[in-house]
Amino acid sequence: MRNVSIETRVLALLAAFALLSAVFPRPASADNKLNVMTATTDLAALAQEIGGDKVTVESVARGYQDPHFVEAKPSFLLKLRHADLLIIVGLELEIGWLPPLISQSTNPKIQVGAPGYFDASRFAKILEIPTGVVTRAEGDVHPLGNPHYWLDPENGLRIAKGIQNKLSEMRPNDAAYFAQRYDSFEQRLKQADEKWLAEMQPYTGRKIVTYHRSWPNFAEHFGLNVVGYVEPRPGIPPSPQHTVELIGLMKRDSVKVIVVEPYFDLKTPNAIARDTGAQVVVLMPSVGGEKEITDYFKLFDYDIAKLKQTFDTTK
Amino acid sequence: MLSNSPAPAPAQLAQTQTYGGATSNAKLLNPDISLIGDFIGTAGRNTISPSRSLELHESEVGMQAIIDPYARADAFISFGEEGVNVEEGYVTFTSLPAGLLLKVGKMRAEFGKVNTIHNHALPFIDRPLVTNNLVGGEDGIDDAGISLSRFLPAPKEWFLQGTAQVYRGDSSDVFAAHRRQDVSVVGHLRVYRDLGESTNLDLGASYARGHNGAGVGTTFDPANFLTNLYSADATIRWKPLRRAMYHSFLFRTELFWSARDQLSPLNTFQTQHAFGLYSDAEYRVNRRWTLGGRFDRSARAAVGSLTDTGFSSILTYWPSEFSQIRGQYRYGHLWDAPNDRFTNANEFLFQFLFVMGAHGAHPF
Repeated sequence: MRNVSIETRVLALLAAFALLSAVFPRPASADNKLNVMTATTDLAALAQEIGGDKVTVESVARGYQDPHFVEAKPSFLLKLRHADLLIIVGLELEIGWLPPLISQSTNPKIQVGAPGYFDASRFAKILEIPTGVVTRAEGDVHPLGNPHYWLDPENGLRIAKGIQNKLSEMRPNDAAYFAQRYDSFEQRLKQADEKWLAEMQPYTGRKIVTYHRSWPNFAEHFGLNVVGYVEPRPGIPPSPQHTVELIGLMKRDSVKVIVVEPYFDLKTPNAIARDTGAQVVVLMPSVGGEKEITDYFKLFDYDIAKLKQTFDTTK
Repeated sequence: MLSNSPAPAPAQLAQTQTYGGATSNAKLLNPDISLIGDFIGTAGRNTISPSRSLELHESEVGMQAIIDPYARADAFISFGEEGVNVEEGYVTFTSLPAGLLLKVGKMRAEFGKVNTIHNHALPFIDRPLVTNNLVGGEDGIDDAGISLSRFLPAPKEWFLQGTAQVYRGDSSDVFAAHRRQDVSVVGHLRVYRDLGESTNLDLGASYARGHNGAGVGTTFDPANFLTNLYSADATIRWKPLRRAMYHSFLFRTELFWSARDQLSPLNTFQTQHAFGLYSDAEYRVNRRWTLGGRFDRSARAAVGSLTDTGFSSILTYWPSEFSQIRGQYRYGHLWDAPNDRFTNANEFLFQFLFVMGAHGAHPF
């Protein structure tokens, strides 16, 4: 028979933790750079544009990954726990994976509402904000609006401005540097946007179908007309009945382009294309979707080049 | 074309982003509220642990919110057909110094993997045999207590986390506190590493210790009857990032050892040792279908020489990410105590799971 003092063991365990905490304090950033984590690669690209060599930036999600469905892996905690700033897309895009990462990061700086928590959606023009009653009969609808807003260069600029202000607030001594970086980004983005708009001008009003509702901001900015979706409702896999209806719509409206994100299966879009004479084009919703898309500019360069090519072959 | 200066976002767009699924300004300060319905039907033969033919097994109401800049709270209340139970209700202090994470309240203990998982998030309709035999059944080690965890120093790319927990000492039929000082303790060490962007390895070791009820009603002092539990778990996951919603694979195994103080048939004090394990695998065939299989083997905590065995196969259909329909075949070779022999159980279970409202993601 044993007579064990559990209290002693508990105290010993807690003491060991306290000792560990004292012996192994959190490492400070060796080069004094701001450590910025972002939910997606697009926000990382914008943060890098403004932060330059005063920041280190890393994204949780990869550019070819569906940002709705990222696994909340412990390896992300290792990165988040040292972050000075966390930039999120918001509008519940990351609701399935980011909240537990934030709360378990043990990093007070990036908790919701803390100075290091930055919701980029607050600076962007948001489309498709539902009105009236919102139910899941409409699928995985985002009650606060469509979260794919970064695919409009104007929103890219708005977010960049917000990031500039945030970085300046966190590092007042570098405010002039961030302002200069923003001015440069603004100038280059405006020039690039003029070129993109000119390239897309011949296709203004062209009707397209997209797999998911990822492109409203892109379509609005570049004058495209999204008339249907491969998904019957956001987040609901294609059904035979919806596919038949979509084929009918595309034939009736002479829709010749189906835009698909890189993380969706091409089987249904290809079947629809075969039946309608349309062409499937895989566009990248995010920086890093392909190796050559290394920054925010190259994202639009890539997508517009792909779209032009597809429009030209489906006249 | 972009204007000369970035147009500010319209005023209505500068809404406060909340932690969770607020859908209107009126709800901004309310917690995220969800209800998960778990309907189970059972057919076939099982004379050892028979379940009802049809039942709304559980309705779990979840309420989750940020309390203040330093803490968040999660409450999960389980309504069964026979009563209401606070499955978990705890506050998490997220802004402590030295990287500490403190949880206070009633919670599922960090003992292995399956003990931490809510019913609706299990990969099978039921829990493994070993859970029922050694770790308290469906409720498991779920008690009021305090949990402290911290990331521990580890080689680059390795994740190491230690958790120490103290509970009142009342958990299902595993632990029973007879006096205030009969607290139970749980320790957990987790080691994790990405093996690539699509594959990862998750290892864990757990220890739990508390008083049990074996000495109650005997001439012995109940305070001297303890149960020690040990667990080791290993999980390997594969999920290709470009096709994460279509394909994934998970293999998991957990081993459990129990050392339970009790009275022998000769009414002498003894420590009964028992061992159990389960191994399961899940494969996501496509966006809507998942296949799985599980092997079970476990001795009984009070009679270590009696080992139940079983296996299950399961097919899950996902109409959307907010509902699941499952069918599970379960075979068991189980000890029939009244008849003093082993007997076979063959059952078919089906389950409908549905989610209402904003149910926050559970930890990975």
